[in-house]
Amino acid sequence: MKRREGLAKLTGREPYVDDLPFDGGLWGATVRSPLPRGRIREIRFGAGVDWSEMIVVDHRDVPGRNVIKLIVDDQPVLAAGEVRHVHEAVLLLAHPSRALLRRAVRAVEVVVDPLPPVLDYRRPPAREQIQHGDDNVFKRLAIDKGDVDAAFAAAAHVVEGIYQTGAQEHVYLEPQGMLAWLEGEGEREVVVVRGSMQCPYYVHEALCYALGRPAERVRVIQAPTGGGFGGKEEFPSGVAIHAALLALKARRPVKLVYERGEDMAATTKRHPSWVRHRTAFDAGGNLLAQDVEVVLDAGAYVTLSPVVLSRGVIHAAGPYRCPNVRIRGRAVLANFVPAGAFRGFGAPQTLFACERHMDRCARVLGLEPAELRRRNLLRDGDATATGQRIDDGTDREALLDRALKLAGWEAKRTAHRSWNAEQPFRRRGLGLATFFHGAGFTGAGEVYLASRAHVAGLADGRVEVRTAATEMGQGTITIFTQIAAARLGLEPEQVVIAEPDTARVPNSGPTVASRTAMIVGRLVEKACDDLRRRLGVGDAAPGAAVVEAIRAWHRQHPGEEPVGEGRYEPPPGIHWDEEHYRGDAYGTYGWAAYVAEVEVDLRTYVVTVIDFVAVQEVGKVLNETLARGQIQGGVVQAIGWALLEELKVEGGAMRNNQLTNYVIPTSEDVPPIRVAFVENPYPHGAQGAKGIGELPMDGPAPAIANAVADALGVDPCAIPLTPERLMALVEGEDEAPVAGAA
Amino acid sequence: MSEPRNVEPAAEASRVTATLRVNGEDHTVVFPVHHTLLEVLREGCGLTGTKHGCELGECGACAVLLDGRPVLSCLVLAAEAAGHEVETVEGLQEGNRLHPLQAAFADLGAAQCGYCTPGILMTAKALLAQNPEPTAEEIEEALAGNLCRCTGYRKIVQAVAWAAAILRGEEERPPEEAFLGSPLPEVRR
Repeated sequence: MKRREGLAKLTGREPYVDDLPFDGGLWGATVRSPLPRGRIREIRFGAGVDWSEMIVVDHRDVPGRNVIKLIVDDQPVLAAGEVRHVHEAVLLLAHPSRALLRRAVRAVEVVVDPLPPVLDYRRPPAREQIQHGDDNVFKRLAIDKGDVDAAFAAAAHVVEGIYQTGAQEHVYLEPQGMLAWLEGEGEREVVVVRGSMQCPYYVHEALCYALGRPAERVRVIQAPTGGGFGGKEEFPSGVAIHAALLALKARRPVKLVYERGEDMAATTKRHPSWVRHRTAFDAGGNLLAQDVEVVLDAGAYVTLSPVVLSRGVIHAAGPYRCPNVRIRGRAVLANFVPAGAFRGFGAPQTLFACERHMDRCARVLGLEPAELRRRNLLRDGDATATGQRIDDGTDREALLDRALKLAGWEAKRTAHRSWNAEQPFRRRGLGLATFFHGAGFTGAGEVYLASRAHVAGLADGRVEVRTAATEMGQGTITIFTQIAAARLGLEPEQVVIAEPDTARVPNSGPTVASRTAMIVGRLVEKACDDLRRRLGVGDAAPGAAVVEAIRAWHRQHPGEEPVGEGRYEPPPGIHWDEEHYRGDAYGTYGWAAYVAEVEVDLRTYVVTVIDFVAVQEVGKVLNETLARGQIQGGVVQAIGWALLEELKVEGGAMRNNQLTNYVIPTSEDVPPIRVAFVENPYPHGAQGAKGIGELPMDGPAPAIANAVADALGVDPCAIPLTPERLMALVEGEDEAPVAGAA
Repeated sequence: MSEPRNVEPAAEASRVTATLRVNGEDHTVVFPVHHTLLEVLREGCGLTGTKHGCELGECGACAVLLDGRPVLSCLVLAAEAAGHEVETVEGLQEGNRLHPLQAAFADLGAAQCGYCTPGILMTAKALLAQNPEPTAEEIEEALAGNLCRCTGYRKIVQAVAWAAAILRGEEERPPEEAFLGSPLPEVRR
């Protein structure tokens, strides 16, 4: 099935928030902190602006709690007294003229008395830098399995390594934006917000908390969203509150749309990481013990860091069989824009370390990288680091073998040897990564979410799917249409997908964690079944009978509609011990083996990916076009993270907040990306689907770094592998790992 | 539909009246003299298909055609566009018939979030007018100024080549391996 909203997008009719009319409304803008840490002494309103015609909002205008509600109540809607990062929101302005607004933002001076900031998360903080608890650690997690120390004492080989990854900006093509207005009056006044977001109910909850309003007096509607990648998971809550505060003060609609430079500088990033591995093998190359330390740079506020760390540590040991595992993780404060959700959510960082380290281990052990993995990949009946028994029937070694075969690994290795010997300035190499990605929320997360989906019968016999799951390019609208149509025996055009509007759709949880098709899609199936029950139509009855029953129901119950509901229930046999981090961390996992082929120019140290093979098992593929699109798009986003994308940070601020000097892949930077799926339907996902969207972010970076290692005989341990970093590595000036992180 | 007006107080800037010819229709608009073609298309002409991505000429989301050549409308003053033919994504289809580029993008799923899509379609249209049979490399080069964060570009390049074949009147679509690498055997269990 083709993408349902495709035509609107291809004809310019899709109404993104920036395109929405708002007659008589004002534009909003944000005044931000100039320093990474300090106390606000004074706010000066400069000359050249008629401040009497400007709407000005500060922290005193927040009617509820001055907090952007998420996990911990630490991040203010607007700074009150203290600032913790450059670009932290201090003041809001609104005016009908965008030009005057820009001038006004420049005319405000936020005077801050500086305090000592933390500018490198890897170094232990001095006493005067402590801003959270007694050590600036937002969250600590530990995973323990077996007896690690005893295993090291008995090991034939011990291999150590330290691996680091940098921050990454999402660069969704549509910047953050919200339109807020008021409906009704007095006790019935409702704040309505429509904008670019992944999670309408996160925004709704945050608005209720900050505005001090009951749920029914806040309404949130998702506008078509021009990309998210996690960057529109939690961040839009703050933008929505800001737009709403301005609209409440102005008593007029206010649209707040970020400019690109502001969006890049002020919004969340992927967590930078520092990961140390110490690994024990027996003489046969079998894993005996993994000792892993994970440190994530959380930025200035907690945001989602505890759960990003959670996914990070659970994936840190890789998809391998190892009887003894010790993982210690911590997310620590630094005075930089908070790190947040980004496709992969901690797993790309720890899997980069794990897979780069596996290649280093293979070299020390004198084994081929594929052979070391083949000996250690999880087989059915084995347990993960958290003790989760894997028994899904997927043959992970076959997945690896297929990737090697499709990449032409053996033939290319041979060809590279002679090619590299002949070429004066170019070297080619091959790299591999085998990995997994837990689908859906971690641990008991899905149980806490308690998601619901509705499918309603409309008077004309069509059905309407009502969920809070958002379309941001990944294909929610199309997939849900397919799922409901198949379940009810209808044609796709007989299925309507409701706009995610908190006044109309139930809370089916956030559109994150690769959970939409698998988990919410399954709720749509259940809601379809429930609708059949309510209509008295058997599961096997054809679509025509469903349509007729819906019409008959409407004739008998004028003014009402039949609504089927699906509620989340955990798959049977799932047990998670949150306290000890033991048990079934996820309902299921996607599995993959990726191969990258690179060419390195020794004159410029530019690395080019020249071929890429991505083989994965994601349960049942619901729509091959969309699924390939997810894999190819994820691979290219990961190529950017691995090779190109580097934040230049000075004084706690991103200095390259432009697309000319924060470089993401263009059409000329991408290799052929050959995608293959092995299908193994997951019984608890819609039509057998597992999550897919994040998996392709995990594997490419280590595969590419391993290919560079193969091409040059060096050992790259940090990404992005920019020409500067690679030159330093080849010429023996690799940056020393920071000792203080231990 | 009423449009968001970027209301400028009269004292703010000298305003000009100009007639822009967009997609074959004349639009007489009043705007501050420093406003870009992007701003006037969106706010004066009500054509919001052309997108704001960065307003610095870095992302390509605002690409339109000026006398058939692709330009970044955020870098062109609207006043300069008067007297020239402007083409935007809204003018791509003829009546109810999609342009072959639109049809190929729909078939291949080459638009995901859709925000970069209008700029890419217009840039590709200019390429095909000038080079009816581009190689994959030529398509990649022509689109190198149009950033996309969703698709990984492969389907976009393939869709442009498919559209080129349709425009040449060919029945056969170019084989997938020309754009995605050699075909992989179907893998099922």
